[in-house]
Amino acid sequence: MSNISNLSLAKLVHGIKKKEFTSEEVTKNFIKNSENSKKLNAYITQCFDDALKAAKKFDANKNKKGLLAGMPIAVKDLFCTKNVKTTAGSKILNNFIPSYESTVTSNLWKEGAFLLGKLNCDEFAMGSSNETSFFGNVKNPFGENLVPGGSSGGSASALAAELTPATIGTDTGGSIRQPASFTGTVGLKPTYGRCSRWGIVAFASSLDQAGPMTKNVEDCALMFQAMSGHDEKDSTSVDAKVENYSSNLSEKIKGLKIGIPKEYRVKNMPKEIEDLWKKGLDYLKDAGAIVKNISLPHTMFALPTYYIVAPAEASSNLARYDGVKYGHRSKGNNLTEMYENTRSEGFGDEVKRRILIGTYVLSSGYYDAYYLKAQKVRRLIKNDFDKAFGEVDAILTPSTPTSAFKIGDKKNDPVSMYLNDIFTVPVNLAGLPAISVPAGYDKKNLPLGLQLIGKPFDEQTILNLSLAIEKRANFHNKYKIWWDK
Amino acid sequence: MSENKFNYFINGEKGKWEVVIGLEVHAQVLSKSKLFSSSSTKFGAEPNTQVSLVDSAFPGMLPVINQFCIEQSLKTGLGLKAKINLNSVFDRKNYFYADLPQGYQISQYKNPIVGEGEVILDMSYGTKKIGIERLHLEQDAGKSIHDMDPENSYVDLNRSGIALMEIVSKPDLRSPEEVNVYIKKLRSIMRYLGTCDGNMQEGSLRADVNVSVRKSGDKKLGTRCEIKNVNSIKFMQMAIEYEAKRQVELLESGKKIDQETRLFDAKKNVTKSMRSKEDAHDYRYFPDPDLLPLNLEQSLVDKIKGELPELPDEKKERFIREHNLSAYEANILVSEKEISDYYEKVIRDCDKKMAKNWITVELFSVLNKNNLSILNSPVSAKNLSALIKMISSGKISGKIAKQVFEKMQIEDKDPKKIIEEEGLTQQSDPKQLEKIILEMLSKNQDKVTQYQSGKEKLFGYFVGEVMKISKGKANPNLVNQILKNKLK
Repeated sequence: MSNISNLSLAKLVHGIKKKEFTSEEVTKNFIKNSENSKKLNAYITQCFDDALKAAKKFDANKNKKGLLAGMPIAVKDLFCTKNVKTTAGSKILNNFIPSYESTVTSNLWKEGAFLLGKLNCDEFAMGSSNETSFFGNVKNPFGENLVPGGSSGGSASALAAELTPATIGTDTGGSIRQPASFTGTVGLKPTYGRCSRWGIVAFASSLDQAGPMTKNVEDCALMFQAMSGHDEKDSTSVDAKVENYSSNLSEKIKGLKIGIPKEYRVKNMPKEIEDLWKKGLDYLKDAGAIVKNISLPHTMFALPTYYIVAPAEASSNLARYDGVKYGHRSKGNNLTEMYENTRSEGFGDEVKRRILIGTYVLSSGYYDAYYLKAQKVRRLIKNDFDKAFGEVDAILTPSTPTSAFKIGDKKNDPVSMYLNDIFTVPVNLAGLPAISVPAGYDKKNLPLGLQLIGKPFDEQTILNLSLAIEKRANFHNKYKIWWDK
Repeated sequence: MSENKFNYFINGEKGKWEVVIGLEVHAQVLSKSKLFSSSSTKFGAEPNTQVSLVDSAFPGMLPVINQFCIEQSLKTGLGLKAKINLNSVFDRKNYFYADLPQGYQISQYKNPIVGEGEVILDMSYGTKKIGIERLHLEQDAGKSIHDMDPENSYVDLNRSGIALMEIVSKPDLRSPEEVNVYIKKLRSIMRYLGTCDGNMQEGSLRADVNVSVRKSGDKKLGTRCEIKNVNSIKFMQMAIEYEAKRQVELLESGKKIDQETRLFDAKKNVTKSMRSKEDAHDYRYFPDPDLLPLNLEQSLVDKIKGELPELPDEKKERFIREHNLSAYEANILVSEKEISDYYEKVIRDCDKKMAKNWITVELFSVLNKNNLSILNSPVSAKNLSALIKMISSGKISGKIAKQVFEKMQIEDKDPKKIIEEEGLTQQSDPKQLEKIILEMLSKNQDKVTQYQSGKEKLFGYFVGEVMKISKGKANPNLVNQILKNKLK
């Protein structure tokens, strides 16, 4: 019983189906871990009583079916959950309780899981360190003074610290993959349109995509399979067949061609990351893959493009938070004053910064120079990938240019913070699937991840490649629990 | 017909000015549910009872296009003989207001679903073609209510998200009367198509009116002002007259027109500045990333085209061609769909010319007197048709028919029944009529002599006497015939 925490999601589901333990036992275990994790600040809302009730109900039911049978799962607080407060890490939604459940979480519950709690994140998913949350920053299990990455930092931290057997995040420019890389976990950003955006608090609609965060690749395939699928309520959701990713999972990747983009060899990249990248290549070669050098010539424009497109969409998406209908409302002597006070008090600095940038780039007179140009460059970036995928089956890059950095290190330097997403952002602009898989440690003993980018809707290939890396890297979490009491 | 030459000009102190008008008509799409949500669009419901999570812009809610509204706008586009754009884009128009829950309106900016088309106006001075610039789909906002409480404003979101077609005309209109005819024609076309009920009282049809003036004969357009959201034709006309005069006065006194948005105050009959061009909103339009570009199949357009009903212009041509009506007569009958529906029902079984006369003269006067629309006509098309048929077959005289018609207005019965009940059948027995005529003539020997010596006008007197004796039942044709014989 004592080892429930370090079992993988797949093993837990298997154990429950084989009646080796009950859902209640599993749930109690994760509740206990969660209760002892206050220092991590991973939770915004805990639903332990309801989770326990759900577990008992599950145990009482003879039916043990479902990909996630009996699993308590905590999710990023960007997913709207029926009758459970949903904040998006913002003061402006501090009191918001949805009357509806997001499609993606509904899909998890349909597979036998239930909600354990809502996990901290950067405000409206805007951030790479979880320092922009109204609910305080989240800490990385690998060090009390380290960020867990962002924006799905609460999810990454909770997962790495074994507060939840698996979790889901959202990824607009790297918000799943970067924190996964910083916490030694697996994070998948699916193809744009693979998972429904319905019921997810929007950041940048053309880039947002929900995805799984798990301890290992097998769990990732399982969660991904559970959460995916076409949704008529999301016009950008694609009606593509959801494969049986977990049973198709295989490290037989012989003959697959792996591209190494030369543009990802950025200046000042730590040697350890360069080495890790080489190691990853060796792992894949060892498994029978063929390595090819490729070029993605517009990579250098990805970050500036992203920081036009994403804030532009955000500035419009966040207009609805005006204090009129729901959420935080400040007083004012007239409508305009009420708006101004509500939004000044309700939004944090990073959100305001992006609303300002977004409003600026869409303004008449600037639209063509910024937004329109960014859309054109976005097309070129997509074309780069399309061309590359004519030659290769997947692309291997580092997930991040550094390991987890210190809390406060980049807080006052947004550009250096934004640079942390340099390897992840192009993928969102191109709408492609990509996964971060832990592959080693740097000399500070902090985890590092490798990123595999796949063709549209070919998540299976990057899952298989990740499995091959995972088997060879033999990665194990090396942190010591410091947050317990 | 009073005038037959266009003559609407503003006569300023320094000459004649031409008024140039363009309209942006907002027509509510006739559909059960809203443009991007499944909420009902029914008018008059309790406030905030027809509002979905999408309409009220809850976090994470996404728009899904209502295919029916797309088809309605295609239909309208085809009815306006307009170019259909198979590829169009929905954009966000960003601005803050309490009745705009999303903080943006989903509209179509650069790539509308419908391009250039035209509307034909029948003016007393001939037909005139008004160009349509474009038609695009957009969401309506909610309604702010400021006069319910001294301190608070209220918002009703029932209207929020309802589909509107914005139909933009070219600056081709030249007078308030042309605006009147244009709006009515547009409304009529959409009602024939069933794409907008055109109900101006309920706000289903409203317009922004762009007005500018220029010296008569000038080619260059003057600076325009836009009068926002006018919801009746009368107000549009009043606003245009006021605005044109205001502009002429400014220009003649050497001042410039500021391009601005104005509001019409119907109580004072003036337009007032609302905001200048400098204060104009920057709407920061950009393609809505929640919606894919709208790509339509030509086959859908063809299908809708194949199913279009006959529209007023074609119907009018047909009435002129096949029913032998004048353009003027045909115009009256096709002006409103309900009138032409009624007319076409009546003529299924009776003479067309007579039907036209009975409808446009007798029936219209009854409707006008009682302030009724033809939909609420006290006499049904079927019964009117039966009445006309009885006249043309000689069963009753026109005079009796009018009596029967009076009775039909009280109770919409089969005229045959009324005639039987009231004993109004025509006397067409020649022997009986001859008897009446001979009797009458013998009583009027003096007049007979006068008649025979050349005072032929007296013939009418004799007919009238026969009618008096027969209480109007005598068949007038027979009476004429017999009388002529007897007076030889």
